[in-house]
Amino acid sequence: MSTVDQLQQQFGSAIIRTESFRDNVRVIVTPEAVHEVLKHLKESLGFNMLAELTAVDYLNYPDAVDRFGVIYGLTNLDSGERIFVKTYLNEPDLTLPTVCDLWQGANWLEREVYDMFGITFAGHPDLRRILMPEEFVSFPLRKDYPLRGKHERHNFPVITRAES
Amino acid sequence: MAMTADFFISKLDYVANFIRANSLWPMPFATACCGIELMATASSRYDLARFGSEVMRFSPRQCDLMIVAGRVVMKMVPVMQRIWLQMPEPKWCISMGACASSGGVFDTYAVVQGIDRFIPVDVYVPGCPPRPEQLIAAILDLQDKIRKTGTLFGKEFQERTTFDGPAPLHLELNQAEIVTAPGSYESSTRLQ
Repeated sequence: MSTVDQLQQQFGSAIIRTESFRDNVRVIVTPEAVHEVLKHLKESLGFNMLAELTAVDYLNYPDAVDRFGVIYGLTNLDSGERIFVKTYLNEPDLTLPTVCDLWQGANWLEREVYDMFGITFAGHPDLRRILMPEEFVSFPLRKDYPLRGKHERHNFPVITRAES
Repeated sequence: MAMTADFFISKLDYVANFIRANSLWPMPFATACCGIELMATASSRYDLARFGSEVMRFSPRQCDLMIVAGRVVMKMVPVMQRIWLQMPEPKWCISMGACASSGGVFDTYAVVQGIDRFIPVDVYVPGCPPRPEQLIAAILDLQDKIRKTGTLFGKEFQERTTFDGPAPLHLELNQAEIVTAPGSYESSTRLQ
């Protein structure tokens, strides 16, 4: 019984659909079920490594229905299998449960997703910006953020030679 | 008497400039690929030691020439300004490469469009990255500048009260220049 079949048996309607493309197995789940699915994958099905956690903004993407996708890439270190768990989010409710309780390594990954997309993770121990300065207010990897910014890069003090 | 006094002060300036120009101690603020050329400049083939500035120190307290080599991101600006303020007088700054001088190809929200928008710069080096010879030429130019304008107590620095660089880009970009995917920030949810 494959991993996908086991997941479908276990979670039923929480699994929206599954896709596979050349060994690349994807499971699309509802945001409410994502923590349970990941926990089951880790503790019962052996996917013990969180290889990646990232997000995509599907604004203006052809045929996309939802705005944001959050993707969890898991690896089974024993068998080498990989699986991608994906969930979709829409404004205004951009909150997911944290998976820091399952993988400590998710801490910084979730901070990066928060920093770049503004998706918050409920229960995260320290949800701050990780790459951008703390006073930054926008989320720069959103597609509606201008490439040259919203004048953030011009708000620093200027030092003249006589002052320094 | 006045003539003698003038002559005397001018000679002290000359001696100070002679010493300062021939022993510049660079602070390598190397953030990107220009830093590799900066290392090459200091190494044996190009041999910056010929011009007396081989003593690269990684503490700003011991340096008098900041070489900003590479692109500087927004988050790095306070760091760069603090390092610049920590350097003892007299001090000079070389902006090395296209990115440090103008932002180069990185015209994005995170990259500073020229460090001279935030700190004073004495010599600019074009290139992407510049050849070591260009950096040596910049250091020779800076030595020339020190010999010609330097004073014993740094009067020439106190006179630079207005900002040297371009204004910190307050201009409003027109709609064509703002590169963004069409779509409104408010109505950004697809399920409507």
